[in-house]
Amino acid sequence: MSTADPVKLKDLPKVAPFVLHPDDRAAIVHEKTLYDYPRAAVIEALKIVQARHGWVCDAAVTAIADVLGVTAADVDGVATFYNLIFRQPVGRHVIKICDSIGCFLTGYEALRAAFEKHLGIRYGGTTPDNRFTLLPVVCLGACDRGPVIMIDDDTHFNVGPDGIVALLERYA
Amino acid sequence: MATIHVDGKEYEVDGSDNLLHACLSLGLNIPYFCWHPALGSVGACRQCAVKQFKDADDTRGRLVMSCLTSATTGTYISITDPEAVAFRASVDEFLMANHPHDCPVCEEGGHCHLQDMTVMTGHSLRRYHFTKRTHLNQDLGPFINHEMNRCIACYRCDRFYREYAGGTDFGVFGAHDNVYFGRPTPGTLENEFSGNLTEVCPTGVFTDKTHSERYVRKWDMQYAPSVCMHCSLGCNVSPGERYGEIRRIENRYNGTINHYFLCDRGRFGYGYTNRKDRPRVAFIAQDGKLAQASTEDARARLGGLLRGAKHVVGIGSPRASLESNFALRELVGAENFFDGHSDAEHVLVAQAIAILRDGPVASTTLKALESGDAALVLGEDVMQTAPRAALSLRQAARGLGQKLLAQQKLQHWQAGALENLAQDHYNPIFVTATHATRLDPIATETCRAAVEDQARLGLAVAHFIDPAAPAVAGLDAATEARAQRIAECLLAAERPLVVSGTGAGSAEILQAAANVAWALHARGKTVGFFLAFPEANSFGLGLMDARPLGEALDALANGAAEVAIVVENDLFRRAPTARVEAALDKARLVVVDHQDTPTTRHAEVLLPAATVFEGDGTVVNNEGRAQRYFQVFDTAYYHPDIATTESWRWLRRLLSDVRGDGHDASTFDEVSSACAAVLPQFTAITKAAPQAKFRILGLKAARTPHRYSGRTAMRANLSVHEPRASQDADSPLAFSMEGFNGTGTDNTPADQRPGALVSYAWAPGWNSPQAWNKFQDEVGGHLRGGDPGVHLFTANTQASTTYFTHIPAAFVVDNTTPRVVALPQIFGSELLSSRAEPVASRITEAYVAMNGTLAATLSLAEHDSVAVTIAGSVLSLPVRISDALPDGIIGVPDGAPGIPRIATGAQATLKVGAAA
Repeated sequence: MSTADPVKLKDLPKVAPFVLHPDDRAAIVHEKTLYDYPRAAVIEALKIVQARHGWVCDAAVTAIADVLGVTAADVDGVATFYNLIFRQPVGRHVIKICDSIGCFLTGYEALRAAFEKHLGIRYGGTTPDNRFTLLPVVCLGACDRGPVIMIDDDTHFNVGPDGIVALLERYA
Repeated sequence: MATIHVDGKEYEVDGSDNLLHACLSLGLNIPYFCWHPALGSVGACRQCAVKQFKDADDTRGRLVMSCLTSATTGTYISITDPEAVAFRASVDEFLMANHPHDCPVCEEGGHCHLQDMTVMTGHSLRRYHFTKRTHLNQDLGPFINHEMNRCIACYRCDRFYREYAGGTDFGVFGAHDNVYFGRPTPGTLENEFSGNLTEVCPTGVFTDKTHSERYVRKWDMQYAPSVCMHCSLGCNVSPGERYGEIRRIENRYNGTINHYFLCDRGRFGYGYTNRKDRPRVAFIAQDGKLAQASTEDARARLGGLLRGAKHVVGIGSPRASLESNFALRELVGAENFFDGHSDAEHVLVAQAIAILRDGPVASTTLKALESGDAALVLGEDVMQTAPRAALSLRQAARGLGQKLLAQQKLQHWQAGALENLAQDHYNPIFVTATHATRLDPIATETCRAAVEDQARLGLAVAHFIDPAAPAVAGLDAATEARAQRIAECLLAAERPLVVSGTGAGSAEILQAAANVAWALHARGKTVGFFLAFPEANSFGLGLMDARPLGEALDALANGAAEVAIVVENDLFRRAPTARVEAALDKARLVVVDHQDTPTTRHAEVLLPAATVFEGDGTVVNNEGRAQRYFQVFDTAYYHPDIATTESWRWLRRLLSDVRGDGHDASTFDEVSSACAAVLPQFTAITKAAPQAKFRILGLKAARTPHRYSGRTAMRANLSVHEPRASQDADSPLAFSMEGFNGTGTDNTPADQRPGALVSYAWAPGWNSPQAWNKFQDEVGGHLRGGDPGVHLFTANTQASTTYFTHIPAAFVVDNTTPRVVALPQIFGSELLSSRAEPVASRITEAYVAMNGTLAATLSLAEHDSVAVTIAGSVLSLPVRISDALPDGIIGVPDGAPGIPRIATGAQATLKVGAAA
């Protein structure tokens, strides 16, 4: 089984310095009020930042820690625990292919190969035009209609290798 | 008590323990990883599985985790059950799947808990032959190496560093089989107890970087029971030596003091003993410079000097042993023996000793601090002056979790539940200081004020607790209310703590702390009273009732005395430079020391003293406990030209030269017994450890493990003929692997090794520091052979409570000439450790700290340079703005380069001039 291409740190794109948006700050402060302990709000804070920026950079981790009054280690511990909090930049659209047992039985391997061939990237990779990132995901709960994939928040069922070009065209 | 049945045998155990704890305490072996005696149970690693049966007739049983199962009466378990054995072997195999096969090059090898457990479980053949997961490592600073590939994800590092020690710059990242233990970004681990990771980690993820420089296996080092010299707490340490160099300090278990943990100053501060610039032979001044001389020449010169002198003064030292100070006192006479503290500290030490010795409440122990449930820390920045005590205070604060566990009817060892219940809630701790302290994050309330105002608060607290204690007039309403809150909180506690010390430089603080402790005592409370002292043997030297140093300096300056003998002391750290120079310019100076200091450069004769690792001695810690430290190695074995020996031995030789009695070779026991006989306050010191004639089963105790290798070759550069091993006339320890090396079997037999004679932790099958389990009456308890050390006096319960009645006037803010306070530093304030390279690299740059108001008045911003005049000398210092400092007070880091050493906490006025 091949493994994901590791992203080399030096290859990370140069991005503008992170600034926590005032709306996001307010939203995080609000989340903090909903829990007994500020650490409990970390996951929501990460989702708020990721919704705006697409991923969570180191500076965002520190910023969230400051707003919540917890340590950066606590924030990053949560951020790195969850596979759908992205700690590296991703493309405009994230393709998640289910690699659990049900989809394995219904043609996951061919589907994955087709995506990799069409996009020219492997798991963990992002297309040079920054349009797509390809990732595996665990069971999406639709084993009767496998293979299943998600692109952003959309779930697609019975995806075969032949249909992917048309499917991807829907995501600019 | 409870009766449990293990593999068909019946045992009496403490029913409140878990089975793992109980079985290990019985001497039975169950492998484990994630459990640690000081950290409790989380049941994460599954390594400690045993089979539990319903009753005596049940033969099927079920696997349970022994660390998570209560040792209640009627428990039937089997450790040797084949299914349990196979399960444990498979757990070990899983953990080893990603563990590299790098034992030969791993620095943990030979004292590795993972190695021990792998052998214990019998997993001897790796079947996994695929790619292992690998990680990038981090640079964690000058103390700790990081090698994440070795990690078995037991989480002990995280639980120790974040929960036990309160570190904030460490965490666990990732998930499932790809977790990473480290800092969010590479950098120095900032927690003051980071060094314990090297012992808490069951394998080689965190190892001692200071040891890496000159690495040697545990079994190839020579050890002796030793005592840390870097503060007054007297933590027990186990220094390891090879080829005449100290290579590493490990914790030495003492169930009443440091138990499993040390601070980083104590663990990494040993490098001063290996410095190339140490005097290792005698020196005699020639043409204004010190030149090497033979011991005979030096003694001849000194004999003449001392016989011819009309008046000789001796200046002792709080970093020298009792024996060395006593031998000096013997040589110069009691009336000519002077305290090596600064005059300010002389007063403070005398005050602290009087409070503990003559008052109704004696000192509590470091370990007992942990069971306090409310604390007032008055004026002492313990994290910087006595760091290990801050770790104990943190455990007192965390003790609230135990109450919450009990409310939920959960066992005290349920560490996971404890963290969930306790979250950020702590037992109440009140911290007063002139500046922000590292205890503030767990403090219920902090009070930042000048020492007078802290003392006034303390005295007011005492008055609220016991109205017989004097009241403080003129307090503002807020301070009154605060005093009442603190008093009520301490009274409500089952075991209140009062912690203070000499670090604030104020006798009034000490008196206020005494009043609080005595008031609680008068109200029938069991109070834990704990005072930090300036240095390792400050208490011992203070008990000698020496005259203050200033009188010696005056006598030398005005010609009343002509010769001064200074033992292990740098006088320039004790008094202003001009005053010391005035004295030393006139005096003929003899120095006995192991460091090259500004004082040694004034010497006419310099004798090379042994460090704590090279000689024997007794020191008295802050609770009044006399503890023996033993010579680790014989310097002359490797380097016959080296003349270093204990100061007391030099001084006894000089005494013999002066008397001409030919009694040249004093043993440690002779000097120690003479000290005990002449000074009744030291009667007990001969019982601090067994004397030299003591034997176990006819044997001396071994200093080296039985696997020690290379002895026949280690001196081959000098001669291929191996000499007889060095003989030790001063102790019941042998410079050899030949000697008693056992752990003893139960409480009274002849093969019991006294706790004071355990040089290093090793027991059959247990090479890691977890081997201490085998020396304890119960795991995490006391050493079976007795915790080392002896108290010089017992609690003076008959003493009546005579409160201090002096009420200091409130501090008057004067921002034009603010008061300067020396801010104590864990790295830098103490001389010896700051001469160790890795510690030196952690010493802060000089700065001057002030609050925003004062900075604004002077139009200063952060990092601006300002000319500060302290005691006549002008310093150009960058500004740090810290609003924790009260008005009218500025702080400078004690021991930072370029800062003149004013005795810790001593205070002066100064003028802040225009920016330089």
